[in-house]
Amino acid sequence: MRIKSIWKVAGVLGALALLGACRQDMHDQPKYKPLRPSDFFADGRQMRPLVANTIARGELRDDEAFYTGKNGKDEIDYFPLTVDKALIERGQDRFNIYCTPCHGRIGNGLGMIVRRGFKQPPSYHIDRLRQIPVGHFYDVITNGYGAMLNYSQQIQPRDRWAIAAYIRALQYSQNANINDLSPEQRANIPVSTKKEPGSETPHVPELPNFPEKPTLIPGVPGATPAGVKPGAKPVGPPAKPAAPKTGAAQ
Amino acid sequence: MPQIFHPSSNYLFKIVIVGTVLAVSALGYVLFQLGADSSYATRQGVAREQPVPFSHTHHVGSMGIDCRYCHSTVETAAYAQVPPTKTCMNCHSEIWVTSPTLEPVRASYRTDESIKWTKVHDLPDFVYFNHSIHVKKGVGCETCHGRVDTMPLMYQQNSLEMRWCLDCHRNPEKYVRPRQFITTMGYRPSEPQEVIGARLVKEYQIQKLESCYTCHR
Repeated sequence: MRIKSIWKVAGVLGALALLGACRQDMHDQPKYKPLRPSDFFADGRQMRPLVANTIARGELRDDEAFYTGKNGKDEIDYFPLTVDKALIERGQDRFNIYCTPCHGRIGNGLGMIVRRGFKQPPSYHIDRLRQIPVGHFYDVITNGYGAMLNYSQQIQPRDRWAIAAYIRALQYSQNANINDLSPEQRANIPVSTKKEPGSETPHVPELPNFPEKPTLIPGVPGATPAGVKPGAKPVGPPAKPAAPKTGAAQ
Repeated sequence: MPQIFHPSSNYLFKIVIVGTVLAVSALGYVLFQLGADSSYATRQGVAREQPVPFSHTHHVGSMGIDCRYCHSTVETAAYAQVPPTKTCMNCHSEIWVTSPTLEPVRASYRTDESIKWTKVHDLPDFVYFNHSIHVKKGVGCETCHGRVDTMPLMYQQNSLEMRWCLDCHRNPEKYVRPRQFITTMGYRPSEPQEVIGARLVKEYQIQKLESCYTCHR
Protein backbone atom coordinates (compact mmCIF):
# COMPACT_ATOMS: atom_id res chain seq x y z
CA MET A 1 0.00 0.00 0.00
CA ARG A 2 2.66 2.39 1.04
CA ILE A 3 4.90 1.56 -1.89
CA LYS A 4 1.98 1.96 -4.26
CA SER A 5 1.32 5.50 -3.02
CA ILE A 6 4.97 6.36 -3.48
CA TRP A 7 4.69 5.26 -7.09
CA LYS A 8 1.57 7.35 -7.50
CA VAL A 9 3.37 10.43 -6.19
CA ALA A 10 6.32 9.69 -8.43
CA GLY A 11 4.02 9.30 -11.41
CA VAL A 12 2.28 12.63 -10.75
CA LEU A 13 5.62 14.40 -10.26
CA GLY A 14 6.97 12.91 -13.46
CA ALA A 15 3.91 13.98 -15.41
CA LEU A 16 4.20 17.49 -13.98
CA ALA A 17 7.84 17.66 -14.98
CA LEU A 18 6.94 16.64 -18.51
CA LEU A 19 4.08 19.14 -18.66
CA GLY A 20 6.34 21.89 -17.37
CA ALA A 21 8.72 21.35 -20.24
CA CYS A 22 5.90 21.56 -22.74
CA ARG A 23 4.51 24.93 -21.77
CA GLN A 24 5.73 27.33 -24.45
CA ASP A 25 3.10 30.07 -24.16
CA MET A 26 5.51 32.74 -23.04
CA HIS A 27 8.21 31.53 -25.39
CA ASP A 28 5.96 31.97 -28.40
CA GLN A 29 3.75 34.95 -27.74
CA PRO A 30 1.21 36.02 -30.35
CA LYS A 31 2.84 39.42 -30.77
CA TYR A 32 4.18 40.74 -34.05
CA LYS A 33 7.89 40.61 -34.68
CA PRO A 34 9.95 41.20 -37.83
CA LEU A 35 10.09 38.37 -40.38
CA ARG A 36 7.30 36.38 -38.76
CA PRO A 37 4.38 34.98 -40.72
CA SER A 38 0.93 36.41 -40.25
CA ASP A 39 -2.48 34.90 -40.82
CA PHE A 40 -4.10 38.28 -40.85
CA PHE A 41 -2.49 40.15 -43.72
CA ALA A 42 -2.98 39.02 -47.29
CA ASP A 43 0.73 38.86 -48.07
CA GLY A 44 1.29 36.59 -45.07
CA ARG A 45 3.84 38.89 -43.44
CA GLN A 46 3.79 40.62 -40.11
CA MET A 47 6.13 43.33 -41.39
CA ARG A 48 4.14 45.97 -43.18
CA PRO A 49 5.30 47.91 -46.22
CA LEU A 50 5.18 51.70 -46.20
CA VAL A 51 1.78 53.06 -47.07
CA ALA A 52 1.83 54.31 -50.66
CA ASN A 53 2.68 57.99 -51.13
CA THR A 54 3.93 58.46 -47.61
CA ILE A 55 7.38 59.42 -46.40
CA ALA A 56 8.82 58.38 -43.08
CA ARG A 57 10.15 61.13 -40.86
CA GLY A 58 13.65 62.13 -41.84
CA GLU A 59 13.39 60.22 -45.09
CA LEU A 60 12.40 63.06 -47.39
CA ARG A 61 14.80 62.68 -50.28
CA ASP A 62 14.59 66.11 -51.81
CA ASP A 63 18.30 66.54 -52.47
CA GLU A 64 18.34 65.26 -56.02
CA ALA A 65 22.10 65.17 -56.48
CA PHE A 66 22.67 63.32 -53.22
CA TYR A 67 19.90 60.77 -53.60
CA THR A 68 20.07 60.10 -57.34
CA GLY A 69 23.63 61.00 -58.29
CA LYS A 70 22.15 63.01 -61.11
CA ASN A 71 21.36 66.54 -61.97
CA GLY A 72 18.35 66.29 -64.20
CA LYS A 73 19.50 63.67 -66.66
CA ASP A 74 23.22 64.12 -66.27
CA GLU A 75 25.30 62.19 -63.77
CA ILE A 76 27.01 64.59 -61.45
CA ASP A 77 30.78 64.76 -61.45
CA TYR A 78 31.30 65.90 -57.89
CA PHE A 79 30.68 64.43 -54.47
CA PRO A 80 27.61 65.97 -52.82
CA LEU A 81 29.17 65.40 -49.42
CA THR A 82 32.52 65.97 -47.78
CA VAL A 83 35.04 63.36 -48.83
CA ASP A 84 37.58 62.68 -46.15
CA LYS A 85 39.67 59.73 -45.08
CA ALA A 86 36.91 58.41 -42.83
CA LEU A 87 34.45 58.33 -45.72
CA ILE A 88 36.91 56.55 -48.00
CA GLU A 89 37.66 53.99 -45.31
CA ARG A 90 33.95 53.45 -44.83
CA GLY A 91 33.74 53.01 -48.59
CA GLN A 92 36.51 50.43 -48.50
CA ASP A 93 34.69 48.55 -45.76
CA ARG A 94 31.38 48.56 -47.67
CA PHE A 95 33.06 47.83 -51.00
CA ASN A 96 34.72 44.76 -49.55
CA ILE A 97 31.37 43.49 -48.28
CA TYR A 98 29.05 44.21 -51.18
CA CYS A 99 31.14 44.69 -54.31
CA THR A 100 34.12 42.34 -54.07
CA PRO A 101 32.15 39.13 -54.74
CA CYS A 102 31.98 40.22 -58.39
CA HIS A 103 34.29 43.21 -58.83
CA GLY A 104 37.18 41.79 -56.86
CA ARG A 105 39.21 43.49 -54.16
CA ILE A 106 41.00 45.79 -56.58
CA GLY A 107 38.04 46.33 -58.85
CA ASN A 108 39.34 44.39 -61.83
CA GLY A 109 36.06 42.53 -62.28
CA LEU A 110 37.47 39.12 -61.37
CA GLY A 111 35.66 38.42 -58.12
CA MET A 112 34.84 34.97 -56.84
CA ILE A 113 31.27 34.98 -58.18
CA VAL A 114 32.55 35.91 -61.61
CA ARG A 115 34.90 32.97 -61.49
CA ARG A 116 31.86 30.82 -60.73
CA GLY A 117 30.03 31.97 -63.83
CA PHE A 118 28.54 35.39 -63.26
CA LYS A 119 28.87 37.76 -66.20
CA GLN A 120 32.18 39.55 -65.85
CA PRO A 121 31.81 43.26 -65.11
CA PRO A 122 34.26 45.67 -66.71
CA SER A 123 37.36 46.57 -64.75
CA TYR A 124 37.23 49.98 -63.06
CA HIS A 125 40.64 50.62 -64.55
CA ILE A 126 39.57 51.09 -68.14
CA ASP A 127 39.63 54.53 -69.62
CA ARG A 128 35.87 54.81 -69.93
CA LEU A 129 35.26 54.21 -66.23
CA ARG A 130 38.17 56.33 -65.13
CA GLN A 131 36.62 59.30 -66.84
CA ILE A 132 33.00 58.64 -66.06
CA PRO A 133 31.32 61.06 -63.61
CA VAL A 134 31.17 59.77 -60.01
CA GLY A 135 27.41 60.04 -60.12
CA HIS A 136 27.50 57.04 -62.42
CA PHE A 137 28.75 54.74 -59.66
CA TYR A 138 26.08 56.02 -57.33
CA ASP A 139 23.43 55.48 -59.96
CA VAL A 140 24.59 51.94 -60.74
CA ILE A 141 24.52 50.97 -57.05
CA THR A 142 21.06 52.50 -56.74
CA ASN A 143 19.46 51.16 -59.90
CA GLY A 144 21.67 48.34 -61.11
CA TYR A 145 23.34 48.09 -64.49
CA GLY A 146 23.37 45.26 -67.01
CA ALA A 147 23.47 41.95 -65.15
CA MET A 148 23.96 43.71 -61.82
CA LEU A 149 20.78 44.14 -59.81
CA ASN A 150 20.35 47.21 -57.67
CA TYR A 151 21.78 47.44 -54.16
CA SER A 152 19.43 50.14 -52.93
CA GLN A 153 18.17 48.02 -50.05
CA GLN A 154 21.56 46.73 -48.96
CA ILE A 155 23.56 49.96 -49.21
CA GLN A 156 22.29 53.25 -47.83
CA PRO A 157 22.80 56.52 -49.78
CA ARG A 158 25.72 57.82 -47.75
CA ASP A 159 27.49 54.48 -48.04
CA ARG A 160 26.93 54.50 -51.81
CA TRP A 161 28.85 57.76 -52.02
CA ALA A 162 31.50 56.28 -49.75
CA ILE A 163 31.86 53.37 -52.15
CA ALA A 164 32.00 55.73 -55.12
CA ALA A 165 34.81 57.60 -53.37
CA TYR A 166 36.62 54.35 -52.69
CA ILE A 167 36.28 53.29 -56.34
CA ARG A 168 38.02 56.53 -57.28
CA ALA A 169 40.74 55.67 -54.76
CA LEU A 170 41.04 52.19 -56.27
CA GLN A 171 41.32 53.67 -59.74
CA TYR A 172 43.98 55.97 -58.50
CA SER A 173 45.83 53.16 -56.75
CA GLN A 174 46.10 51.18 -59.97
CA ASN A 175 47.17 54.19 -61.90
CA ALA A 176 49.42 56.11 -59.55
CA ASN A 177 52.31 58.13 -60.80
CA ILE A 178 55.48 58.93 -58.92
CA ASN A 179 55.45 62.41 -60.40
CA ASP A 180 52.29 63.23 -58.50
CA LEU A 181 54.24 63.12 -55.26
CA SER A 182 55.88 66.20 -53.91
CA PRO A 183 59.71 66.17 -53.74
CA GLU A 184 59.51 65.71 -49.93
CA GLN A 185 57.21 62.74 -50.27
CA ARG A 186 59.43 61.25 -52.88
CA ALA A 187 62.41 61.65 -50.60
CA ASN A 188 60.57 59.67 -47.95
CA ILE A 189 60.06 56.62 -50.13
CA PRO A 190 62.10 53.87 -48.56
CA VAL A 191 64.95 52.87 -50.81
CA SER A 192 66.19 49.33 -50.74
CA THR A 193 69.76 49.22 -49.44
CA LYS A 194 70.23 45.65 -50.52
CA LYS A 195 73.28 45.57 -52.73
CA GLU A 196 72.83 44.22 -56.19
CA PRO A 197 75.10 41.28 -56.80
CA GLY A 198 78.35 42.53 -58.21
CA SER A 199 77.57 46.15 -57.61
CA GLU A 200 78.96 48.49 -55.00
CA THR A 201 76.19 51.03 -55.09
CA PRO A 202 72.87 50.36 -53.38
CA HIS A 203 69.99 49.51 -55.65
CA VAL A 204 67.89 52.57 -56.33
CA PRO A 205 64.56 52.20 -58.11
CA GLU A 206 64.42 54.19 -61.30
CA LEU A 207 62.39 57.02 -59.94
CA PRO A 208 62.87 59.77 -62.50
CA ASN A 209 62.08 57.63 -65.50
CA PHE A 210 58.35 57.32 -64.91
CA PRO A 211 56.23 58.75 -67.72
CA GLU A 212 54.79 62.18 -67.25
CA LYS A 213 51.27 60.98 -67.83
CA PRO A 214 50.00 57.85 -66.14
CA THR A 215 49.62 54.86 -68.38
CA LEU A 216 47.81 51.73 -67.45
CA ILE A 217 47.68 49.78 -70.66
CA PRO A 218 50.90 49.99 -72.63
CA GLY A 219 50.49 52.29 -75.56
CA VAL A 220 47.26 53.79 -74.33
CA PRO A 221 47.90 57.06 -72.60
CA GLY A 222 45.74 57.14 -69.52
CA ALA A 223 44.04 60.32 -68.66
CA THR A 224 43.72 61.84 -65.28
CA PRO A 225 40.80 60.21 -63.54
CA ALA A 226 37.71 62.29 -63.79
CA GLY A 227 37.08 64.36 -60.76
CA VAL A 228 40.75 64.72 -59.95
CA LYS A 229 41.96 68.18 -60.74
CA PRO A 230 45.09 68.09 -62.81
CA GLY A 231 47.93 69.05 -60.57
CA ALA A 232 45.95 68.28 -57.42
CA LYS A 233 48.41 67.07 -54.88
CA PRO A 234 47.51 63.65 -53.63
CA VAL A 235 48.48 62.99 -50.08
CA GLY A 236 50.23 59.72 -49.43
CA PRO A 237 48.25 56.50 -49.43
CA PRO A 238 45.34 56.14 -49.26
CA ALA A 239 45.20 58.65 -52.07
CA LYS A 240 42.50 61.21 -51.99
CA PRO A 241 40.70 60.42 -55.18
CA ALA A 242 38.82 63.54 -55.87
CA ALA A 243 38.77 67.13 -54.95
CA PRO A 244 35.93 67.09 -52.46
CA LYS A 245 33.19 69.51 -53.16
CA THR A 246 31.30 70.40 -50.12
CA GLY A 247 27.86 70.83 -51.48
CA ALA A 248 24.77 69.88 -49.59
CA ALA A 249 26.26 67.55 -47.04
CA GLN A 250 24.23 64.50 -46.12
CA MET B 1 -0.99 -18.60 12.46
CA PRO B 2 2.70 -18.03 11.87
CA GLN B 3 3.94 -14.60 10.88
CA ILE B 4 4.28 -14.13 7.14
CA PHE B 5 7.38 -11.92 7.35
CA HIS B 6 10.47 -12.79 9.26
CA PRO B 7 11.81 -9.80 11.30
CA SER B 8 14.73 -9.52 8.88
CA SER B 9 12.26 -8.44 6.18
CA ASN B 10 12.25 -5.01 7.84
CA TYR B 11 15.64 -4.38 6.28
CA LEU B 12 14.40 -5.51 2.92
CA PHE B 13 11.49 -3.06 3.08
CA LYS B 14 13.75 -0.23 4.17
CA ILE B 15 16.05 -0.92 1.26
CA VAL B 16 13.12 -1.00 -1.12
CA ILE B 17 11.76 2.31 0.17
CA VAL B 18 15.12 4.10 0.00
CA GLY B 19 15.78 2.53 -3.38
CA THR B 20 12.43 3.77 -4.66
CA VAL B 21 13.12 7.32 -3.53
CA LEU B 22 16.53 7.21 -5.19
CA ALA B 23 15.08 5.74 -8.38
CA VAL B 24 12.36 8.38 -8.53
CA SER B 25 14.80 11.23 -8.09
CA ALA B 26 17.12 9.70 -10.68
CA LEU B 27 14.17 9.39 -13.05
CA GLY B 28 13.21 12.99 -12.31
CA TYR B 29 16.73 14.13 -13.02
CA VAL B 30 16.81 12.25 -16.31
CA LEU B 31 13.42 13.66 -17.27
CA PHE B 32 14.58 17.18 -16.41
CA GLN B 33 17.74 16.78 -18.43
CA LEU B 34 15.77 15.44 -21.35
CA GLY B 35 12.96 17.92 -21.03
CA ALA B 36 14.54 21.21 -20.21
CA ASP B 37 18.28 21.29 -20.35
CA SER B 38 19.40 18.90 -23.03
CA SER B 39 20.48 19.59 -26.55
CA TYR B 40 17.21 17.87 -27.41
CA ALA B 41 15.30 20.70 -25.77
CA THR B 42 17.60 23.56 -26.77
CA ARG B 43 18.02 21.97 -30.21
CA GLN B 44 21.71 22.67 -29.97
CA GLY B 45 23.63 21.11 -32.82
CA VAL B 46 20.51 19.97 -34.66
CA ALA B 47 20.56 20.95 -38.32
CA ARG B 48 17.17 22.27 -39.34
CA GLU B 49 15.46 21.42 -42.58
CA GLN B 50 14.85 24.40 -44.84
CA PRO B 51 12.75 24.97 -47.97
CA VAL B 52 16.02 25.43 -49.85
CA PRO B 53 19.08 23.62 -48.46
CA PHE B 54 21.13 26.80 -48.20
CA SER B 55 24.75 26.08 -47.38
CA HIS B 56 26.77 28.56 -45.36
CA THR B 57 29.79 26.33 -45.97
CA HIS B 58 29.52 27.10 -49.64
CA HIS B 59 28.61 30.77 -49.50
CA VAL B 60 30.81 31.82 -46.59
CA GLY B 61 33.52 29.20 -46.63
CA SER B 62 34.15 28.70 -50.34
CA MET B 63 32.88 31.97 -51.80
CA GLY B 64 34.16 34.16 -49.00
CA ILE B 65 31.04 36.31 -48.95
CA ASP B 66 30.91 38.58 -45.92
CA CYS B 67 28.09 37.87 -43.45
CA ARG B 68 26.79 41.38 -43.94
CA TYR B 69 26.26 40.93 -47.67
CA CYS B 70 23.06 39.07 -46.79
CA HIS B 71 22.52 39.96 -43.15
CA SER B 72 22.84 43.60 -44.03
CA THR B 73 20.97 45.14 -41.10
CA VAL B 74 23.06 43.46 -38.42
CA GLU B 75 25.02 46.62 -37.67
CA THR B 76 22.06 48.94 -37.44
CA ALA B 77 19.05 46.96 -36.25
CA ALA B 78 17.96 44.48 -33.61
CA TYR B 79 17.46 41.83 -36.27
CA ALA B 80 20.30 40.66 -38.45
CA GLN B 81 17.69 39.98 -41.13
CA VAL B 82 17.13 36.87 -43.13
CA PRO B 83 17.81 38.32 -46.55
CA PRO B 84 14.90 38.95 -48.89
CA THR B 85 14.69 36.76 -52.00
CA LYS B 86 16.06 39.66 -54.02
CA THR B 87 19.44 39.25 -52.30
CA CYS B 88 19.63 35.62 -53.48
CA MET B 89 18.76 36.77 -56.97
CA ASN B 90 21.65 39.26 -57.04
CA CYS B 91 23.78 36.25 -57.99
CA HIS B 92 21.27 33.55 -58.83
CA SER B 93 19.73 35.55 -61.63
CA GLU B 94 22.87 34.48 -63.50
CA ILE B 95 24.21 31.45 -61.64
CA TRP B 96 22.47 28.07 -61.29
CA VAL B 97 19.44 29.50 -63.05
CA THR B 98 18.11 26.07 -64.00
CA SER B 99 18.82 24.32 -60.72
CA PRO B 100 15.69 22.60 -59.40
CA THR B 101 16.98 23.13 -55.86
CA LEU B 102 16.65 26.86 -56.35
CA GLU B 103 13.15 26.75 -57.81
CA PRO B 104 11.53 27.95 -54.55
CA VAL B 105 13.80 31.02 -54.70
CA ARG B 106 12.83 31.82 -58.27
CA ALA B 107 9.17 31.14 -57.51
CA SER B 108 9.36 33.53 -54.57
CA TYR B 109 10.95 36.20 -56.78
CA ARG B 110 8.27 35.74 -59.44
CA THR B 111 5.28 35.72 -57.12
CA ASP B 112 6.54 38.02 -54.35
CA GLU B 113 5.65 35.36 -51.82
CA SER B 114 8.07 34.93 -48.96
CA ILE B 115 10.15 31.79 -48.65
CA LYS B 116 9.22 30.24 -45.33
CA TRP B 117 12.62 29.70 -43.78
CA THR B 118 12.85 27.89 -40.49
CA LYS B 119 14.23 30.12 -37.77
CA VAL B 120 17.23 28.39 -36.24
CA HIS B 121 18.28 30.82 -33.51
CA ASP B 122 14.93 31.40 -31.86
CA LEU B 123 15.07 33.19 -28.55
CA PRO B 124 12.02 33.08 -26.30
CA ASP B 125 9.70 36.04 -26.84
CA PHE B 126 10.29 37.33 -23.33
CA VAL B 127 13.91 38.04 -24.21
CA TYR B 128 14.95 41.31 -25.78
CA PHE B 129 17.96 40.91 -28.00
CA ASN B 130 19.60 43.45 -30.27
CA HIS B 131 22.27 42.45 -32.77
CA SER B 132 23.57 45.94 -33.53
CA ILE B 133 24.79 46.72 -30.01
CA HIS B 134 26.57 43.38 -29.74
CA VAL B 135 28.34 43.92 -33.05
CA LYS B 136 29.20 47.45 -32.01
CA LYS B 137 30.77 46.22 -28.78
CA GLY B 138 32.97 43.67 -30.48
CA VAL B 139 31.03 40.44 -30.17
CA GLY B 140 31.87 38.52 -33.32
CA CYS B 141 29.29 36.56 -35.32
CA GLU B 142 31.30 33.46 -34.61
CA THR B 143 31.18 33.98 -30.85
CA CYS B 144 27.47 33.14 -30.72
CA HIS B 145 26.80 31.41 -34.02
CA GLY B 146 29.95 29.32 -34.21
CA ARG B 147 31.89 28.42 -37.32
CA VAL B 148 29.08 29.14 -39.73
CA ASP B 149 31.52 28.58 -42.59
CA THR B 150 31.58 24.89 -41.71
CA MET B 151 27.82 24.39 -41.51
CA PRO B 152 26.29 22.91 -44.67
CA LEU B 153 22.88 23.30 -43.04
CA MET B 154 22.47 25.89 -40.32
CA TYR B 155 22.32 24.69 -36.76
CA GLN B 156 22.59 26.28 -33.39
CA GLN B 157 26.11 26.00 -32.07
CA ASN B 158 25.30 27.16 -28.55
CA SER B 159 22.49 26.43 -26.14
CA LEU B 160 21.19 30.05 -26.10
CA GLU B 161 20.23 29.41 -22.49
CA MET B 162 20.25 32.28 -20.06
CA ARG B 163 23.34 31.06 -18.26
CA TRP B 164 25.12 30.99 -21.58
CA CYS B 165 24.21 34.64 -22.18
CA LEU B 166 25.24 35.54 -18.65
CA ASP B 167 28.60 33.88 -19.02
CA CYS B 168 29.59 36.57 -21.51
CA HIS B 169 27.64 39.38 -19.84
CA ARG B 170 29.62 38.71 -16.67
CA ASN B 171 32.99 38.27 -18.36
CA PRO B 172 32.90 40.12 -21.67
CA GLU B 173 36.69 40.39 -21.76
CA LYS B 174 36.86 36.68 -22.40
CA TYR B 175 34.98 36.95 -25.68
CA VAL B 176 35.20 40.38 -27.33
CA ARG B 177 37.32 41.03 -30.39
CA PRO B 178 38.34 44.13 -32.37
CA ARG B 179 35.52 45.46 -34.53
CA GLN B 180 37.33 44.88 -37.80
CA PHE B 181 37.22 41.13 -37.16
CA ILE B 182 33.50 40.97 -36.37
CA THR B 183 32.62 38.71 -39.29
CA THR B 184 35.91 36.82 -39.34
CA MET B 185 35.51 33.06 -39.07
CA GLY B 186 38.23 31.23 -37.16
CA TYR B 187 39.46 34.45 -35.56
CA ARG B 188 42.56 34.15 -33.41
CA PRO B 189 43.51 37.08 -31.21
CA SER B 190 46.87 38.61 -32.07
CA GLU B 191 47.70 38.89 -28.39
CA PRO B 192 46.50 36.80 -25.44
CA GLN B 193 42.74 37.23 -25.09
CA GLU B 194 43.07 38.53 -21.49
CA VAL B 195 45.20 41.42 -22.71
CA ILE B 196 43.22 42.28 -25.81
CA GLY B 197 39.89 41.64 -24.07
CA ALA B 198 40.64 43.92 -21.14
CA ARG B 199 41.79 46.65 -23.51
CA LEU B 200 38.69 46.38 -25.69
CA VAL B 201 36.36 46.43 -22.70
CA LYS B 202 37.88 49.78 -21.82
CA GLU B 203 38.08 51.10 -25.36
CA TYR B 204 34.53 50.13 -26.37
CA GLN B 205 33.17 51.03 -22.92
CA ILE B 206 31.65 47.60 -22.48
CA GLN B 207 29.54 47.34 -19.38
CA LYS B 208 28.81 44.18 -17.48
CA LEU B 209 25.05 44.25 -17.82
CA GLU B 210 23.65 41.64 -15.47
CA SER B 211 20.40 43.12 -14.27
CA CYS B 212 17.20 41.29 -15.22
CA TYR B 213 15.76 44.11 -17.26
CA THR B 214 18.73 44.26 -19.61
CA CYS B 215 17.09 41.42 -21.49
CA HIS B 216 13.67 40.98 -19.87
CA ARG B 217 12.05 44.30 -20.55
